[in-house]
Amino acid sequence: MLEGQIALVTGASRGIGAAIASELAKQGAKVIGTATTDSGAEQISQALAGVGGLGLALDVNDPAQVESVLKAIADQFGEVSVLVNNAGITRDTLLMRMKDADWDAVISTNLTSVYRMSQAVLRPMMKARSGRIINISSVVGHMGNAGQTNYAAAKAGMAGFTRSLAAEVGSRGITVNCIAPGFIDTDMTRELPENVREELLKRVPMNRFGDVGDIAAAVVFLASSSASYITGETLHVNGGMYMA
Amino acid sequence: MSDIEQRVKKIVSEQLGANEADVKNESSFVDDLGADSLDTVELVMALEEEFDCEIPDEEAEKITTVQQAIDYVNANLK
Repeated sequence: MLEGQIALVTGASRGIGAAIASELAKQGAKVIGTATTDSGAEQISQALAGVGGLGLALDVNDPAQVESVLKAIADQFGEVSVLVNNAGITRDTLLMRMKDADWDAVISTNLTSVYRMSQAVLRPMMKARSGRIINISSVVGHMGNAGQTNYAAAKAGMAGFTRSLAAEVGSRGITVNCIAPGFIDTDMTRELPENVREELLKRVPMNRFGDVGDIAAAVVFLASSSASYITGETLHVNGGMYMA
Repeated sequence: MSDIEQRVKKIVSEQLGANEADVKNESSFVDDLGADSLDTVELVMALEEEFDCEIPDEEAEKITTVQQAIDYVNANLK
């Protein structure tokens, strides 16, 4: 389905990002996944070894690294045609207790990185007159969640960024969309206390947590030619937890 | 017509989808050749590639006609 595409997935060593990387590869794309550490990158390389994919170390907060990684990809594989901005962190705490460092780290890693990565891939996409930018946001950016003002602000910011960039580059055949996962069973959500998990589950009509594969399937769809007329949109994948 | 003039006009006509005959020295990209803001950004990118240079944003903003592009290339590149 995605033969000939070159996909870059940030934050691909585990959780949703790892599932996205492997599913894109399964559909025929050449996939490069990034992680902040060398061991994470190595893990990605191993996971994608069978399909010729590659893991690279990248701190999305470092413009110089972004530039060198994209150059390495272009030299080895060609220009990126599908960018999945998935890298993200949490620094949950009530606003009353939040430190500047908690705010800045989340805004930088989750939102500023989207600006930086998107800008870096845009030139070749404009020339190619095609491209896909897929931003992994969160249901929390739409419904809000106590203890996550920083995270929710970053994720809601992604949606505004997405709509604006979609308006800018639609005429060049490039689509820009968000996927907003609901409660997905990953390391990030396993950190939550059991009672919180149970409370959250009560709000999900489908009566289960999402699987990383549910998100990966949505990414494959938006990356495919079937989705070429969808842009500036947020696709909610949340089992009915929040209906936009 | 100088070599640089020819190359600039060729790029302008390719980028903006205009007939080369319509690309005159005094042509304004936006007013005469129908470019939108994204077209002008792409045009600068194409000039950068053709002449293997980087045109700073504050300079790029001042290039609004074919002649200004030719002048910029003549003045800054060799």
